[in-house]
Amino acid sequence: MKASVGGYARAVDLRHALDLLAQGDGMARVLAGGQSLVAAMNMRLSSGDLLVDINHIAALKGVTREGDRLRIGALTRHAEVATDTLIAQHAPLLRKATDLIAHAAIRNRGTIGGALAHADPAAEFPACVLALDAMVHVDGPDGARDIPAADFFTGVFETMLREGEILTALSLPVAEEGEGQVIHELARRIGDYALAGLCVVRRKAGHRIVCISVGTHPELATAAMDKLDAGDVAGAVAALRDALDPPSDTQASAAYRRHLAGVLLERAIADLNGESA
Amino acid sequence: MNSPFGNPNRPNSYIGKTVPRPNAKRLVQGRGQYVDDMVLPRMVHVVFVRCPHAHAKITGIDATGALAVKGVLRVFTGADIAAVCTPWVGTLAHLKGLKSPPEHAIATDRACWVGEPVAAVVATSRAAAEDGAALVDVDYETLAEVTDMMTALDQATPVLHPEMGDNLAFQRRHDEGDVDAVFAAAHTVVEAHFQTGRHTGVTLEPRSILVDWNPGEGQMIAWHATQAPHMIQVVLAQHLDLPESRVRVVCGDVGGSYGIKVHIYPDEIATAAIAKIMARPVKFIADRLESFTTDIHARDHEIWGRIAVDKDGKILAFDIDDWTAIGAYSVYPRTSAIEGNQVVNLCGGPYDFKDYRAKTTVVFQNKTPTSQYRAVGHPIAVTVTEGLVDMAAAKLGLDPVEIRRRNLFADDAYPVVSPAKLRFEGLSHHASLDKLIALMDYDALRADQADAKSRGVVRGIGIASFIELTNPSPFMYGIGGARISAQDGCTVRMDPDGSIVAASSVTEQGQGTEAMLSQIVAEGVGVLPSEVRIITGDTQSTPYGGGTWASRGAGIGGEAALQAARALRGAILEVAGAMLQCAPDTLDIRDGAVVDKADGADRMPLGELGRIVYFRGDTLPKGLPRELVQTRHYTPADYPFAFTNGVQASYVEVDTDTGAVKLLNHWCVEDCGRVINPQLVDEQIRGGIVQGLGAALFEELHYDAEGQLLNGSMADYLVPMAGEMPDMIIAHIETPTLESDLGAKGAGEAGTAGAAAAVMNAINDALRPLGGEVTAMPFTPERVLRGLGKLTD
Repeated sequence: MKASVGGYARAVDLRHALDLLAQGDGMARVLAGGQSLVAAMNMRLSSGDLLVDINHIAALKGVTREGDRLRIGALTRHAEVATDTLIAQHAPLLRKATDLIAHAAIRNRGTIGGALAHADPAAEFPACVLALDAMVHVDGPDGARDIPAADFFTGVFETMLREGEILTALSLPVAEEGEGQVIHELARRIGDYALAGLCVVRRKAGHRIVCISVGTHPELATAAMDKLDAGDVAGAVAALRDALDPPSDTQASAAYRRHLAGVLLERAIADLNGESA
Repeated sequence: MNSPFGNPNRPNSYIGKTVPRPNAKRLVQGRGQYVDDMVLPRMVHVVFVRCPHAHAKITGIDATGALAVKGVLRVFTGADIAAVCTPWVGTLAHLKGLKSPPEHAIATDRACWVGEPVAAVVATSRAAAEDGAALVDVDYETLAEVTDMMTALDQATPVLHPEMGDNLAFQRRHDEGDVDAVFAAAHTVVEAHFQTGRHTGVTLEPRSILVDWNPGEGQMIAWHATQAPHMIQVVLAQHLDLPESRVRVVCGDVGGSYGIKVHIYPDEIATAAIAKIMARPVKFIADRLESFTTDIHARDHEIWGRIAVDKDGKILAFDIDDWTAIGAYSVYPRTSAIEGNQVVNLCGGPYDFKDYRAKTTVVFQNKTPTSQYRAVGHPIAVTVTEGLVDMAAAKLGLDPVEIRRRNLFADDAYPVVSPAKLRFEGLSHHASLDKLIALMDYDALRADQADAKSRGVVRGIGIASFIELTNPSPFMYGIGGARISAQDGCTVRMDPDGSIVAASSVTEQGQGTEAMLSQIVAEGVGVLPSEVRIITGDTQSTPYGGGTWASRGAGIGGEAALQAARALRGAILEVAGAMLQCAPDTLDIRDGAVVDKADGADRMPLGELGRIVYFRGDTLPKGLPRELVQTRHYTPADYPFAFTNGVQASYVEVDTDTGAVKLLNHWCVEDCGRVINPQLVDEQIRGGIVQGLGAALFEELHYDAEGQLLNGSMADYLVPMAGEMPDMIIAHIETPTLESDLGAKGAGEAGTAGAAAAVMNAINDALRPLGGEVTAMPFTPERVLRGLGKLTD
């Protein structure tokens, strides 16, 4: 199908972008990497959109270390996440996730900010940033605000972003000495959305587990985390399966996804133990 | 009888060598000319409004909103199209009992599947037509739908087409020998239930057609991505009330077909009807989403199979009960009964046994119509046959290779007639199996499997022998009354500069037909392949013929090209003899020059002969024939089909915790007779294997109980991709058909025919020690886990 676009404007800076969004009368859409939005427009799942192109806003780009936190601009492409040395050092989970995200052409355009704002429950980055306990930074007509990842995701394709706001960056604590970060998933083909997946972060304060493709939005698997903190892997697997209520679709049933999540947790733990040993 | 092509040092030895494809450079440079690349003056675009229900009465269509859209010119309903286009019926006389109701290009009063066209919107751009289509207001009254195959014939199930009496489209039986008695007395009997997933072809280039009707000339031209231009010509003429001679079908570059583009599609015929009504060029390009609900589907089968063997593993009998559901109409004009028919013809095909019973039951349902897709019926028959053979071997404690050695037709058994009454001229099952075993180093692979097992890694080896139907004679369609040619022709001419032009009725779909033809013509005439230009895909400028399907291009079109090229060579040498004052049979043509046959001494370049013939014919003896254009045709006559054979092997690793299957390696040895271009044949086999691996692990169209397609996009319908594909090692045995000089049989189906069965057997070889088994394709991680009994809820 041919996309039915309402209009297009290229923002020169963040203020300009916010102004354009404000003029959109509800039809304005932020165009970043376009890897979900453009596909949706080409299937006419969305039409009449007034596209606000933020790709040229310098303030949304770049990865910097700010004290004990790492700040990642919203326009950082998946391919940049894969190769950035600061990310590899301080948030290796994000680098590992890029091995699992789609294909090279998509990683070259897709942005981490776009992935978070889109909040696809099958996407890797939303789960990763929650596992890493990141902060999501947004700016809008009422000023800038910071939203903890734990609050940011609220449902399928739903977040705390308000009308007219732009996700500008995320920041996260740099990995502590000996911190373990792993991501495991199973997809039918390389680059497909996972049947199920999970991220596990092991910190001195305890484990953080977030699943992919098994719920409406990223959530901490607290029961399994408690078991894991107590050294009970089998208990963690059972608690994780118990807590999950995954969807059934043409790729796999809920029962399979629940089973798979447990297998992946066992493998993630083995992976973590291998790494930190 | 074959010509000798074995000596690689013979002059002009292009047949049997990898010769570069003449069209490859152009295509790689992006200079292909596909239908969608064409823009004509006054051209408009058509988009179809499609039924969102599986079964519904159309109670009203309001086009007011659509007609108000800027750029929208006309909106057509089924009745508008029916006024200029007659409906068709997808039956063939030799498929006894096959029934199907008349089908209209656009549904008139009732739509029978999600995606059936109910209106057409014509606009100055595709985007405007889509805007309009979204505003066509169709009132539907939904009707009870038939979606489940196995209950389609139940008393309680509504009859989809009341005038047909029931939902049975076709049934065909084989009953050879006394199957019940053999099974009752057999040492060992194994039975199993198999399923193959409904899937579709997913061509890179979607279905495309551009039709212009010129009332001044009284001629219709259709630029069409098709495999069978002459068949389309016939159909357009017949249903739009035009003389065949006034319909020209042009088929330029085509981006893959796989059988998808050999059928009559309602939207494509409607496009032609609209062109006739509006008297201007109309373009229809199926988009990726509508392709999933409107391209033909295939392979939706459930099969109950039994095999009886004696204590030594000798196969005594097969008993097959095949079911398939074909959608609401049998597809025109090749029908939707061929697939089931092929299944019951091909089961047990490689094996020497006596008693055979098989039945296929073909039912109607409210889903997208199914029809012929690459390797029609073969993968299903091979899966059932090879699955049962492996299960019998396991039950007897026999190695899968050994049971095949004991049962495959002996290589010196030919000609022979199979229990399903197939006539085999010459096959090489044992030689192929021996070559495969050597190629894969079977014993070493078994050792690797055992070594992996000791490390807790579960691997399996699967073998699948198969036969493949190629070079179809008029017994495939012509006998049933369809005007689908089994004959093909080639016209070869020499131009004044000594270069050659060959026009053939077989078509190029991206698979390399033009390369194959150029090297045959080059060898036949005696010129370099680069001196041969090929014309295909134009009903007005090529000889009449069948086109490209059922692996017939090389075997039939190639033979016609060889004969035409040799005739031209003879005509050239007759002129050369007169010019050089010697007997033509003392001369030869090599590398574009006339030479002495005895010692190869140069006598005259073809360009000089061309100069004399075309510009100084006055210097030649009066009455000397100088026909530097020759045409020959070829139709297979000795056998209804040229069967080929082959065997594939798969090595897989199964993750028994997740059910994921990893393809480690794949091998295929096949015998397509004369190999004309080794690289093209190998890549045909590889491409075919990839589609077979898609069937084994990935491809399946899911419908819900209401007949809604649940996964009609590239995100949800998983085609095989490079990342999952194993290395494929290909080798050949050559048993040329003796029916033609060329000796070529087809190679297009072989890869697809056996790949899925080899994978199934490999997975089951891996699962068997764990007590698991899978027989429902595709083998998703979940199905494998359930096959292992690790997931029960």
